[in-house]
Amino acid sequence: MKLAPNKTGPRDDPPIGEDGPLYTAHKKVHPQSVCGTFRTIKWRLMVVCLGIYYLLPFVRWRRGLGAPDQAVLLDFPNRRFYFFFIELWPQELYYFTGLLVLAALALFLMNALGGRIWCGYLCPQTAWTDLFYGVERWVEGDRRDRLRAAARPMTLERAAKRVLKHAVWLMIAWWTGGAWVLYFADAHTLVRDLATFQAPAIAYIWIGILTVTTYLLAGYMREQVCVYMCPWPRIQAALTDEWALNVTYKYDRGEQRCSLKKSFDLRARGEKIGDCIDCNQCVAVCPTGVDIRNGAQLGCIQCGLCIDACDAVMKKIGRKSRLIGYDNDINIRRRVEGKSEVFKPVRPRTIVYASLISVVCATMLYGLLSRTLLDVNVLHDRSPMAVRLSDGSIRNGYTVRVLNKLAFDRVIAIDIDGPPQTSVHVVGVDSVTVERPTIVLARDTTTELRLLVTAPADDTSERSMPVRFRVTDIGLGEVASATDHFVFP
Amino acid sequence: MTDRDFDRISGRSTTGHEWDGIKELNTPLPRWWISTFYATIFWAIGYWVVYPAWPLLSSYTNGAFHYSTRASVVNDLAGLETLRGEKMAVLGKASLTEIETDPALLALARARGKTVFADNCAPCHGSGGAGAKGYPNLNDDDWLWGGSLDQIQKTIQFGARSGHAQAHEGQMLAFGRDGILRKDEIATVANYVRSLSGLSTVANFDAAAGARIFADNCAACHGENAKGNQELARRI
Repeated sequence: MKLAPNKTGPRDDPPIGEDGPLYTAHKKVHPQSVCGTFRTIKWRLMVVCLGIYYLLPFVRWRRGLGAPDQAVLLDFPNRRFYFFFIELWPQELYYFTGLLVLAALALFLMNALGGRIWCGYLCPQTAWTDLFYGVERWVEGDRRDRLRAAARPMTLERAAKRVLKHAVWLMIAWWTGGAWVLYFADAHTLVRDLATFQAPAIAYIWIGILTVTTYLLAGYMREQVCVYMCPWPRIQAALTDEWALNVTYKYDRGEQRCSLKKSFDLRARGEKIGDCIDCNQCVAVCPTGVDIRNGAQLGCIQCGLCIDACDAVMKKIGRKSRLIGYDNDINIRRRVEGKSEVFKPVRPRTIVYASLISVVCATMLYGLLSRTLLDVNVLHDRSPMAVRLSDGSIRNGYTVRVLNKLAFDRVIAIDIDGPPQTSVHVVGVDSVTVERPTIVLARDTTTELRLLVTAPADDTSERSMPVRFRVTDIGLGEVASATDHFVFP
Repeated sequence: MTDRDFDRISGRSTTGHEWDGIKELNTPLPRWWISTFYATIFWAIGYWVVYPAWPLLSSYTNGAFHYSTRASVVNDLAGLETLRGEKMAVLGKASLTEIETDPALLALARARGKTVFADNCAPCHGSGGAGAKGYPNLNDDDWLWGGSLDQIQKTIQFGARSGHAQAHEGQMLAFGRDGILRKDEIATVANYVRSLSGLSTVANFDAAAGARIFADNCAACHGENAKGNQELARRI
């Protein structure tokens, strides 16, 4: 048995003119509604994903006096990023890198296990297009109504419905842009400012941009994004292997296609007739308008809706379900040869992806858990490196930056471990104790200090000695330290 | 092209391009893609119209918006100066003691002082105030004209030997030229002065004679222990 040839699909050659076409005409897809396992999964995932997107900015998280109480907030003007109990500073941006690495690896693992799970269920393009299709169906009726209406002249009722559809689409698109900007400022304040036209212009501009992109991408571009614009289908095709499960038409069971009526006679006569009755339901429900029976193809986002459509038909005509299902060519060949099906979710590829995910997760978790909320950086004066005072003692100057990542002020003490009998002076700070300078650090900020460290006349032949600056939170006992050098002239 | 070439396996037309027997399938782009491409061209032409674009012989096309990055920088700097002006006005009114005791003012003074120092003082005293030959180190605790805030302010304001009535004056007599000391006496006292700081001297010079010459001629200004006197002479 050979693979089903690619006969139809969205990338068919258009009618060819004298000099050949410059473009392919857009074929509008009118997907039919469908019920079933995968449709239910998709609805639920959509509710969860879009629910998180639209509502997360309103979730509050108490952080203490003066600190923002928004659970997820990307505060660019103040350069702080809040995620529930985590507050990140710009220099900790590597956590985002880790998150992106994790996202890529998760995408690879999903692909190795179940093909384009991302495209079919989780991708924003899919989720919003699905939502817009839902609105279209609700306002203008199902596939048959829409196709019939499209073939007939415009009526007042249809015009009204079209206006309503676009109005709802624009509402959704506008709210999508609205939710976006709420991640970058306090949601409650910004909503009030937006409503009273007091919000900064940039907020309105971003809402406008996202309204337009959502409206265009989910209302008009739809499957064109997946087929022509998105790089992932191309990468996905190169990353997949023969064991990955994909939404597959089991042609070993389906061919030869034959109408239900004829198939009874032909089967009674002992001819080999497949289960596919060529009802075209799988094509009718497809949101990208492909025919899954042509095999794996770029346009198929593997959302599983054809599985639901086919299962419903198979149940009705009393044949076994999952004529279309998650499968691969290996099993098709094995069934043809009369062997049992084999699934290999655990194989070197998935093991490698899973281990890499674990390593990155563990690294990030370790990084988060060992993250300090008190930090100190030291920079030695470059000129002069050392100064000899009139009593012969040696003085070095340092610029010390102390980072207080807590949401409240705290008092720290600075200790020096360096050459023997050093004394330390912080410029502009009068300490309670002379030997051990104490400094008040304002909350959630970096304090820059100038430290003068003096050692008695050098009785050592060393030209340079390591010196450690220990910063101790007097209240909490948290300690941070940094090492530099003490230089003799 | 009247007879189009068709690929036998896929049944699709080819572009007619062929490389070593491999032919390119004709995969036309959708209309919106082509339209977007043309739209970007029009957008680019719009750029020529509103922004500076084409070089002319001695200038360039200005564009309808008259935009210039230089003007925008000047604008930004002016804004910065206004912002600084408010803060610097507060700093200008405060006394030295007030600045010293107010951490916020002190931080501002140190930040602004750093740039003022770099612009005005660093050419002679060095970027970190390390000093050079003839220009004192400003990091140590040895101040020719006094190290208190008021004294330093006075030094900066009126200068040293600047000719201003209130400037610091410090002049040393020309002991050799004016015949006060003989050449060998100068050599002896010079060696004596070096010995005070533990520096190398010529072998077996007359230390007692040096001390006597110093006490008779130098100590009046530089002090008996050569510790100096900020009004008259520097410490040796």
